[in-house]
Amino acid sequence: MSEGKSIIMDTSRCTACRGCQIACKQWNGLPGTKTKQTGTYQNPPDMSYQTFKVVRFAEGKADNGKPYWYFFSDMCRHCLNPGCMEGNKKNEIIQDPATGAVIHTPATKKLDYNTVLAGCPYDIPRQDPKTKELKKCTMCLDRMRDNKIPACVKTCPTGALVFGEREEILKIVEERVAKLKQTHPKAKALNPDDVRVIFIVTDDPDRYHKFAEA
Amino acid sequence: MTNHWIDIRHSDCILIMGSNAAENHPISFKWVTRAKEKGAKLISVDPRFTRTSSKADFYAPLRSGTDIAFLGGMINYILENQKYYRDYLVTHTNAPYLVNEGFGFDDGLFSGYDSASRKYDKATWAMQTDEAGVVKKDASLDDPRCVLQLLRQHYSRYTLELVSSITGTPVEDLRTVYEMFSSTGGPEKAGTIMYALGWTQHTVGTQIIRTMAIIQLLLGNIGVCGGGVNALRGEPNVQGSTDMCVLYHILPGYLRAPWADAPDLKSYIAQVTPKTKEPNSANWWQNYSKYIVSLLKSWYGEAATPENDFCYQHVPKLDTGQNRSIMNFFDDMYAGKIKGFICLAQNPACHVPNANKTRAALAKLDWLVHANIFDNETASFWHGPGVDSKKVKTEVFLLPSAAFMEKDGSLTNSGRWVHWRYKASVPPGDGMPIGDMLYRLVNKLKALYKKEGGAYPAPILDLSWEYGDGKGNLDAMSVAKAVNGYFLKDVSAGGKDFKKGQNVPSFAMLRDDGSTSAGNWLYTGMVTPDGKNLAQRRGKSDPTGLGLYPEWSWCWPVNRRVLYNRASVDAQGQPINPNKPLLTWTGDKWVGDVPDGAWPPLADQEKTMRAFIMKPHGVASIFGPGLAEGPFPEHYEPVEGPLAQNPMSGQRINPVVKLFKDPIDVYAPADPRFPVVCTTYTATEHWCSGAISRWMPWLTEAMPQVYLEMSHELAEQKGIKNGDKVRIASARGQLDAVAMVTVRLRPFKVQGQEVHQVGMTFNYGWRHPKDAGDSANLLTPTVGDANTMAPEYKAFMVSVSKA
Repeated sequence: MSEGKSIIMDTSRCTACRGCQIACKQWNGLPGTKTKQTGTYQNPPDMSYQTFKVVRFAEGKADNGKPYWYFFSDMCRHCLNPGCMEGNKKNEIIQDPATGAVIHTPATKKLDYNTVLAGCPYDIPRQDPKTKELKKCTMCLDRMRDNKIPACVKTCPTGALVFGEREEILKIVEERVAKLKQTHPKAKALNPDDVRVIFIVTDDPDRYHKFAEA
Repeated sequence: MTNHWIDIRHSDCILIMGSNAAENHPISFKWVTRAKEKGAKLISVDPRFTRTSSKADFYAPLRSGTDIAFLGGMINYILENQKYYRDYLVTHTNAPYLVNEGFGFDDGLFSGYDSASRKYDKATWAMQTDEAGVVKKDASLDDPRCVLQLLRQHYSRYTLELVSSITGTPVEDLRTVYEMFSSTGGPEKAGTIMYALGWTQHTVGTQIIRTMAIIQLLLGNIGVCGGGVNALRGEPNVQGSTDMCVLYHILPGYLRAPWADAPDLKSYIAQVTPKTKEPNSANWWQNYSKYIVSLLKSWYGEAATPENDFCYQHVPKLDTGQNRSIMNFFDDMYAGKIKGFICLAQNPACHVPNANKTRAALAKLDWLVHANIFDNETASFWHGPGVDSKKVKTEVFLLPSAAFMEKDGSLTNSGRWVHWRYKASVPPGDGMPIGDMLYRLVNKLKALYKKEGGAYPAPILDLSWEYGDGKGNLDAMSVAKAVNGYFLKDVSAGGKDFKKGQNVPSFAMLRDDGSTSAGNWLYTGMVTPDGKNLAQRRGKSDPTGLGLYPEWSWCWPVNRRVLYNRASVDAQGQPINPNKPLLTWTGDKWVGDVPDGAWPPLADQEKTMRAFIMKPHGVASIFGPGLAEGPFPEHYEPVEGPLAQNPMSGQRINPVVKLFKDPIDVYAPADPRFPVVCTTYTATEHWCSGAISRWMPWLTEAMPQVYLEMSHELAEQKGIKNGDKVRIASARGQLDAVAMVTVRLRPFKVQGQEVHQVGMTFNYGWRHPKDAGDSANLLTPTVGDANTMAPEYKAFMVSVSKA
């Protein structure tokens, strides 16, 4: 389906305040896991069955010799044709008909995790080691059904996360990328035709995250 | 802030320096982002490439503690390249004023310095006056004794090359920043500065801010939309608590705290009230007597009469020149001079400099009463690292208090907007608002003094304490009304009749005859005569379209959203920048923001008053004799810096700074044992010393342990890899942290030498979580700004080694 909802994650506006990462935990009732400082701001280090959203930090030297520090508020892309559903036996992974949100139901415990993960070009699904259920972002389907916007979007102070009807969002993405290109020739939207959560970057996607783009 | 948060969106160039706004004031970036999307340029100047820098159009590094050199270079650039806004300077500043012939500057010292007392006699820091006492001026700005020419002379020393050799900022970067920001000089554009503790927490902090104020005046950026000098203040209600006198040297509304040389009210008023002979100067502080008398009436009620100086004698007096800042307070405690300590909602064991000294001082108390929502390193100091609990005699009482959402009250934001907050839930367990604790405590004290008498009971017994809710607790609305003030008898004012007991609608109606009461003159007008609390307003109308939202909350003074706003109009009262019409004179009144005075515009020479109404002469001070170090800011090295000599002069450090003498307060400048510059800061994920945020699992998950940010170059030199445990030591203490080796810090070239800089957050403490590490303030020096005593947390020297 190509209608439904969409989210923009505009990295050019993101300050990595991590309000989205915390709001996701809060809304979904997920615990703060025990972490260590390992020499990066990025924590928890990766997605987990208790972390559906993680802000990734990537740094290096830009072409002008000054540092760059890129932030990538990683989350499920809610693909239009979800690769993870290739691993379905029955309807363990479903797509909400109204919004297009891709939902890993409790029945995913019956699926082979590695098959589902292999189907995801963005390295998103994680397995609860105890229940064997697969866990990831739900696009806040429960909130959307209550006419509320997803928790991460709600908390974003700068407008880096934007939520709306997919048709509208695609227009905004196009305009935004065109504007960014004036100052950042490498600006682009990542897989906008295939995903509902559309990331906008201003540099090579690899510089943000290994699985930024499919 | 002279302006307010939303106003940032109008800026054409935003300089973020002495602040890491994206991390420490995340919501501010809503408005920074809007400005950028309308074409504004964002500049970040910071020793470390931060989350703010990552969003900047231009980033320039500087060595911690060299901001005056950096900004002094900008003043020089503006003057040499004629970037200043001449009309603004002549109309609104003291640039044309002629300075006393006796004033001078030589080798880092202004005239009047006394090295024995480390103080200035400011007699020569004055203006030339004619027989009538009016200041002599030269509107052509050519006279060699005029302020602008003296400014030019002073900052001509701040050449790009010399500045670069002090700050470590490449010359090209300096030039780019100067060019970008000074492009806002003139009528069409506005530049703003967003600064915070990165400027205040230096031994020259106040002077850094003054340097920027001078820049903003040169460019004509004060009193206009998108401009101003904007201190970013935060969640702890810093703005509100400063307004209400949290500091030792002021009373509510920035009235001066009484001192020994003002033994009675008359001499107090005579000494604090500024005088001027300038025509067309409102000299608003000439109303000082009305504010202090109304305050005394608010505190002492009917006991305060004209005959007894309105109980002025009840207010404690500082010894003349006495310094009662928190570092002095702990110095006295360390010396055993203080027996008991009531510590409310603070964590000094982590947030006061030289934490080893602070923690040792707490053990010298007989008792400590601590109110907070969690236990912390202060309440638990007696079982901290290295402490033998059996040897600590201090009795500690930990009182569980209410969090902000568990009580009613007001919060004043950086833009001076007072927001009323409502109680949303009941505090858990025995938790109680600190206001209730204090309300009950004073009632007990009153009862005891009444019963037993004791030494000098009058100040306690006379204290007006009618803030109760009738159930034994504090009623926040009663406090709000007392702060606003009310008439004490029926009066006619401003063409209206008011009854005794009615709230005063504006501080213009306060009196010094005892007929009005007001707990803080700046907040007069917040509660209307008919009892409406305007801080509760949430109206969204925006008549100017500039985002002033005059019906959203209430802001001091008198709901004026941009201070000195009459500097935004020409002599006829028409907006100089018609695209951002903050104010317009219609011929008989002003429309737009609340003007800083209803007088007609400057063309009406009979009735007009100049825009800078809080300054005695009605103009802003480029030459400002008010501060302790001198009328023009000068670069001095941090008390602990890497250089043995100040490249600018023979004065290495701020000549009037207070140095502590106890052996535990050792300083080690230019000491080969401690060769690395260190600075401290907070992360987005934690709050202050982390006393609250460290108990929040989602936040400790995101930022779990203390870390030291360092360059690859330094790491390589020390054999340190990213993620290694490292030991940081200063002359006062040491702690371990996790190394964060990053390209975001790089060595500086200072005076031809390579100087390394590191940085760490002060968000941690040993109490919780157990493996988080300890406070960065184990390292910091006991020394502060010469005007404010804000500690020099931002620049000191350490060694770094693999642990």
